[in-house]
Amino acid sequence: MSNNPSELKYVASHEWIRVEGDGTVTVGVTDHAQDLLGDVVFVELPEVGAELANGDDAGVVESVKAASDIYAPISGEVIAINEALEDTPENVNSDPYGDGWFFKLKLTDEAELDALLDADGYATHCESEA
Amino acid sequence: MAETQGALKKTPLFDLHVELGAKMVPFAGYEMPVQYPLGVKKEHLHTRNQAGLFDVSHMGQVKLSGANAAAALEKLVPVDIIDLPAGKQRYALFTNEDGGIMDDLMVTNYGDWIYVVVNAACKEQDIAHMQANLGEGVELELLDDRALVAVQGPTAAQAISRLAPEAGEMVFMDSRQMQIDGVDCFVSRSGYTGEDGYEISIPSADADRLCRLFLEQPEIEGIGLGARDSLRLESGLCLYGNDLDQSTTPLEGSLIWAISKCRRADGERAGGFPGADKVLDQITNKNWTRKRVGLLGEGRAPVREGTELFDADGNKIGVVTSGTYGPTIEKPVAMAYVETAFSPLDTVVFAEVRGKKLPMTVSRMPFIEQRYYRG
Repeated sequence: MSNNPSELKYVASHEWIRVEGDGTVTVGVTDHAQDLLGDVVFVELPEVGAELANGDDAGVVESVKAASDIYAPISGEVIAINEALEDTPENVNSDPYGDGWFFKLKLTDEAELDALLDADGYATHCESEA
Repeated sequence: MAETQGALKKTPLFDLHVELGAKMVPFAGYEMPVQYPLGVKKEHLHTRNQAGLFDVSHMGQVKLSGANAAAALEKLVPVDIIDLPAGKQRYALFTNEDGGIMDDLMVTNYGDWIYVVVNAACKEQDIAHMQANLGEGVELELLDDRALVAVQGPTAAQAISRLAPEAGEMVFMDSRQMQIDGVDCFVSRSGYTGEDGYEISIPSADADRLCRLFLEQPEIEGIGLGARDSLRLESGLCLYGNDLDQSTTPLEGSLIWAISKCRRADGERAGGFPGADKVLDQITNKNWTRKRVGLLGEGRAPVREGTELFDADGNKIGVVTSGTYGPTIEKPVAMAYVETAFSPLDTVVFAEVRGKKLPMTVSRMPFIEQRYYRG
């Protein structure tokens, strides 16, 4: 797995985090995660305004095979969700780092960003799981 | 992710699956392909639009011979086996003393012997059951030196007829022993996807080569267990262990169509199978309390097995036994057992998924049109 964009941050539960530079982040699941999930048919997202703590349940991704939880990779308030996934959940498979984004958070504590993995660290983690 | 288990068995097609890039998972004691690189959804759609090759070698293939084999097997199922014509296949059920379903199976009359296919997870039980109850003079042989594959889809006949023209002459549920590329196969025009197609039993030593030949046909792709499940569910076909079990009678399982007329109360060979009293009483008095139904959901959220069902007042009235998002019908589809008051078509029930009550409508099965070839 060397196709993880280097400008993104990652967590071991296979979410990616894009730091927008204005105290907000965008979150999605990684290419590796969508590959493990298989064809996504449904995504349940958190409600805008929800306060999520790092590690909280933030939604569910369902493939034809199974359901998998999505976790908040960092603490914050949900300020936007990708409503397009309701009708086109397959974007999670086809464009996990673009149109397949899940939600945006306003960070509670920017210091939490320091604990996130970079692309190399995440790649190492994936290899250790294989 | 994968459960670890000792001594998983491999089918004769294991190397082929791995070479094709399949994701292998443990299933009923075997390492089986759950999907290939195409993915579950595309494999499902390819089978509906073209043709797919499925490895079902984990299922149990059994040969029964002896003059009384048909009569002896008939004593274990509520189905007409004695008058099953040579060259024909029929769906049957092993019932227990309480009228519950021990397994579902396919029975073929090959003239001087009977070919039986049982579910992988039940095969040891079924073989022991037959050995204990078929009686003297019936010889049971486990055909564990044969692979079994299904080739399913609207272009399956075109592809297989290219290799074995005789296969094209068959209609739904016809069975023949024939050579395909010089290999002695048992071929039936049947399957478990709702599509036209074949199930083909192949000597293990020839299975890899013959399946590569099938896959060389432009119509055919390898299809895994994931798509097999969504295909059979859209077609309203039961998965034993999910939708049928030892505590469920054929009536509760909505399988009255599988009980032959001649084995019913006013039939010429009425009863005479395990649990007949209960099953025949249920046919006469319709006194079952729960029933298998099909459910169609709204939106896209799949409603999976184990999901509890409620009425509009919040009373629990049933449980889902199989459920997924149907790639062809593009809706959540499920099978469930509900209290009989909720079994009529168009009844709305509510599935509790992650704290939300999702409406689902009791719907006719199959959810999509079956496309068997009846000539």
